[in-house]
Amino acid sequence: MSLITLERKILEKNDEIADENRKLFSEMGILALNLVSSPGSGKTSVIEETIKMLKQKIKIAVIEGDCQTNLDAERIDALGIPVVQIVTNGSCHLDAMLVRDAFEKMDIDNSTLLFIENVGNLVCPAAYDLGEAMKVVIISTTEGDDKPLKYPAMFRNSEVLIINKIDLLPYIKSNVKEIIKNSHLINPNLKVFTTSCTSLEGLNEWCDYLLDKLKI
Amino acid sequence: MHEVSIAQEILTIVESCLPEGNRFKVNWVKIELGEFSNILPEPLEFGFEVLSKETRLSGARLLIEKIPLTVKCSVCGIITTLTEPFFYCPLCDSPNVEILTGTEMKVIEIEINEKDDAK
Repeated sequence: MSLITLERKILEKNDEIADENRKLFSEMGILALNLVSSPGSGKTSVIEETIKMLKQKIKIAVIEGDCQTNLDAERIDALGIPVVQIVTNGSCHLDAMLVRDAFEKMDIDNSTLLFIENVGNLVCPAAYDLGEAMKVVIISTTEGDDKPLKYPAMFRNSEVLIINKIDLLPYIKSNVKEIIKNSHLINPNLKVFTTSCTSLEGLNEWCDYLLDKLKI
Repeated sequence: MHEVSIAQEILTIVESCLPEGNRFKVNWVKIELGEFSNILPEPLEFGFEVLSKETRLSGARLLIEKIPLTVKCSVCGIITTLTEPFFYCPLCDSPNVEILTGTEMKVIEIEINEKDDAK
C-alpha cells in the first residue's frame, strides 16, 4: 500500500481557464458581468432594459446560458446586440470553458460591456469562476425576503445585488428593507439597486453605475 | 446539483496522477470540503461511485473531511468558527470579517494498492 499526496483544487481546471478569460477581458478593456439568480427573477429583462438605455453610448455584448432553447438569445438579437447562446443541456451552471468557447465565436471590440447570463439557479453557479469582473445577483420581490439567508454563497460571492420587480410591491407581502438587511448579514459590502423593468424605476442608477465602472 | 460535475473533476484529477499500467487499484481518495462550499456529501459520494465504475478508480471509497467555516474579524482580530453563515463578529458585532477556512474543495491524497492478481 502506498499514499500519494495530491493537494489539488477540485476546480483547478475551471479556475485556470477563468484566469485566462479574465486576463483576456482585461487586456481588451471588456467589463464582464456574471448575472446570477433563480429562474424568473428578470435577468434577461434587466439586460434588455440596460441595452435600451446604454446602446447609444457604449458597446454591449451578451452570452446567454440556459438549460434549453435559444429564446433569450433571440430577445437580445432583436435589439441588434451581438449574442451567443450556450445551451447546457440540463447542466445547472456555466463554467469557464463554456464561456471561453462562446466568447471565441463572438466578434467583440475592445471596451465592451459583456453580460454573461448564467443558468437560473441560486446554488451551483456560485462555485464556478467564469473570469468575470464581478457577479451580480438578482432577486425579485416575489421570491421572499429570506432568500439571501437560504442561499448565502451566491450573495457572499457577489458585488452587486439588484432587487427587481419593485413595481409589484403594492400587491405582495415583501419588504425591500428586509431583503437588504438579510443580504448585508451575508455580505455587508453588497452594492444594492432596486429596479423594475416594467416601470423602469431604478434602472438609471444601475446604468450610471455601469458607465462609472467602464470609466466613461 | 453540481455534485456530479465535482465528482467527475475529482476522478479526472486522480486518474491523471495514477502510476502507469494496470497493476494498482485505488483504495480511497481523501478530499477536503469546506462547510461553505455548497457541496452535499451524499450526492457527491453517489456521483463518485457511479462515475468511477468503468474507470481505474472503480471500488475506491471517497473520504470526505469537512472543514469548518472560520472567519477573522478585521476590527478586533478574533477568529471564530461560524455554525451559520451570518458574517459578523460575535465579539464586537462588526460585519467586516474575512473568511479563513470553509470554502475548500481539494483532493488531498489517495491510497493505492497493488492488485492481488498482479503480484
